[in-house]
Amino acid sequence: MNEERVFSLRNPWFVTSVGGILSVAVISALIGFIWLPSANGDFSGHGLWATICSAAGTPSSWYGGGANLNGAPPSEVVVLPPGHASADAASIGRGATIATQNCSMCHGVLGTVQVTAPALAGQYADVIYKELRDYQSGQRANAIMQPIIQSRSDQDLHDLAAYYASLQRAAPAEPGGATGAAQDVDAVRLAMQGDPIRNIAPCAACHGQLDRKGAAPWLGGQSSVYLAAQMQHFASGERHNDINEQMRNVARHLTPQEIDGLAKYYAAQP
Amino acid sequence: MFLAKRLVLAHFWLAFIAFLLALFLGSWQMLVRSPLLPWVGDPELYYRSVTAHGTVMAYVLPTLVAMGFGYAIVELALRQPLVGLKWAWAAFFILAVGAVVAMVPVSMGRASVLFTFYPPMIGSPLYYIGVVLVVVGSWIWVALMNVNLRIWKRANPGKPVPLAMFANVAGAYLWAWTAIGAALEILLQILPVALGWKSTIDAGLARVLFSWTLHAIVYFWLIPAYIAYYTIVPGAIGGRLYSDSMARVSFILFLIFAMPIGIHHLFVDPQVGAGFKFLHAVFTGMVSVPTLLTVFTICASVEIAGRLRGGQGAFGWLAALPWRNPMMLVLAFSFVMLGLGGAGGLINMSYQLNSTIHNTQWVTGHFHLIFGGAIVIMYFAIAYELWPQLTGRALYSLGLVRAQLWLWFIGMMVVTLPWHYVGLLGAPRRMAYYDYTAPGLEQQAIWVAMSAIGGFVLVISGVLFIYILAKSQLGPLVQPKEFRFSLATHPVDRVPAALNSFGLWVGLMIALTVVNYSVPVFQLLRLQQTSVPAVVVGAQR
Repeated sequence: MNEERVFSLRNPWFVTSVGGILSVAVISALIGFIWLPSANGDFSGHGLWATICSAAGTPSSWYGGGANLNGAPPSEVVVLPPGHASADAASIGRGATIATQNCSMCHGVLGTVQVTAPALAGQYADVIYKELRDYQSGQRANAIMQPIIQSRSDQDLHDLAAYYASLQRAAPAEPGGATGAAQDVDAVRLAMQGDPIRNIAPCAACHGQLDRKGAAPWLGGQSSVYLAAQMQHFASGERHNDINEQMRNVARHLTPQEIDGLAKYYAAQP
Repeated sequence: MFLAKRLVLAHFWLAFIAFLLALFLGSWQMLVRSPLLPWVGDPELYYRSVTAHGTVMAYVLPTLVAMGFGYAIVELALRQPLVGLKWAWAAFFILAVGAVVAMVPVSMGRASVLFTFYPPMIGSPLYYIGVVLVVVGSWIWVALMNVNLRIWKRANPGKPVPLAMFANVAGAYLWAWTAIGAALEILLQILPVALGWKSTIDAGLARVLFSWTLHAIVYFWLIPAYIAYYTIVPGAIGGRLYSDSMARVSFILFLIFAMPIGIHHLFVDPQVGAGFKFLHAVFTGMVSVPTLLTVFTICASVEIAGRLRGGQGAFGWLAALPWRNPMMLVLAFSFVMLGLGGAGGLINMSYQLNSTIHNTQWVTGHFHLIFGGAIVIMYFAIAYELWPQLTGRALYSLGLVRAQLWLWFIGMMVVTLPWHYVGLLGAPRRMAYYDYTAPGLEQQAIWVAMSAIGGFVLVISGVLFIYILAKSQLGPLVQPKEFRFSLATHPVDRVPAALNSFGLWVGLMIALTVVNYSVPVFQLLRLQQTSVPAVVVGAQR
């Protein structure tokens, strides 16, 4: 049996298959890149070549306004998602010195004292650093913090963050216990499951119990007064250094009772 | 068979044990997000389980089945001992090691990224390295299929390649080419980040590269099932294959059209142009052609069997079919699921209708119906058919086999039909938690609960499957009947050269891939500032 040649214009299989596929490709390209886009002025307003390019996905600039749409950004700090970073001992030591001299009056010698200031012991380094930078720039307003932190160098802020992150986490600020009988069922549900229908993400999805997102602090060990005040400030917009309004969007949907319940729930956590 | 019995058995056992474990996980997942149980409380546990379930079911099970079946086909269809037995064992061990290496970080919660990877999420590098090892092992198989076909062709110049082997090699070539997309994504984009050399990743480009693999891989999973349709079922039910050439054309069309269609998974992705989405939609429509050809050819073959058994009239042949034969049963089940799933697939591929069901549970229902249903039930059939050849023992009980197939069919229908429906109601996929007390979701609760019960039925069927295989293998030795692939109605003495070789078709496959993927890929490569920070999964808290 003599083997017929496949790659030959005399082989009907070759001609039909290549020709057929070529025509399907060409016809659908004509439809997809010329005919369909022509139905929409956004695609076809600038001539044929521009139509083809936009259907091919070439990015084009259609916006003619200024670069800044919403005024000042909520924060100057770019926080990368947490990885597996570790701080060096020298940085922690320098941070300890600065903290003892400048911070311990309100935040306690080991960062655990409860006044109206938050407990800082064991807080994530990226959280401390970002908040300090935001105080420095005024994006988070506070009459006490701003003058204290104003003249600190970037390295100082990193050292402070490393120091506080290296400490043992604070004990629960208030009684109630992690699984106490007095636990508010609604608060636990909001913290661990959120309320998807109201567009409220679970607190635990960012704040470290289930998963951790950059710049979201560990909440255990804070007083309920401090936590409730922050949520109210987010809800009213008085505090606005959350990236993409993540916290403001959540806090606005919370009722005063829910804010209270969540604050008490986290105050009873270690 | 000559040399490959133990090799094929090893592949099948590893595949089916992994399958059973992943089946338990899948059933657990359905249960914990149904209203039947209180929520597990930690979504990470859920995603960990989904990752393990998906990785085993999508990469480990079908790859091992296709490889084992491929080795068996070399010996059964070509009637020559497998060349490269040592290489084949090496590939098997690479694959087994890869599966373990991938599963360790997954079970530790260090790689809960789901089996489709979803950058910018990044898991432990070991997970990706394990998946790469699985693919490397399977590429050795591709090379061996190629070598064995060449050896046979040299010894039999001008003769038609047996259909089973022709289809098998088509599947091997398809897999070799389609795996490249995900391989590029893992090696060039994900691993550098997972190993800590980079901290950002171009997620849009990664999704385009993965789509290169993502849809064609489905046809790689499907080809063993189609080989069984064409070369095992007609003979097993006492009929003949209606057309050998139609079968070859179907496999060739899969080879050509499986590749340039993956972007239909990205219809809502902003980084791909609308023109290319349309182009991919058109070719996705084309890939339904070989399936329609197959449905026609196999129905015709079955009708031949019915008429040979004395069936008369327009529908009388249906009653004359050997319905107590597991092969008849499995074909009917598979076709029902393929029909429903295929109709759903046409909705998925349509650029407009897709927007209704995109990222809903409809899609999960769709691929479970097609893959878990129509294809996996044929994997069972393949195992049952080959078991006497591989073990030298008869199947333990045909009654149990029938029960197992019935349970799988019923279970899969009960799982997937409600799933489609809640998808239409808007239930999103890939969610660990649904609040069924909310007014908008209340009406879905009953359907989701039903679906979870279907998951139990599947587990019973899966356990029964393993039991039948093990029990058969421990039974008394018998002399198995000589294995015959189905005969065609007309003897296949010669076929056109185009239907007996792959050069033209592989060329068209590559050319269409270039046409449909080159611009989207190079455009994204060229664009600046398209990378985003990687999100490390399982990072320290």
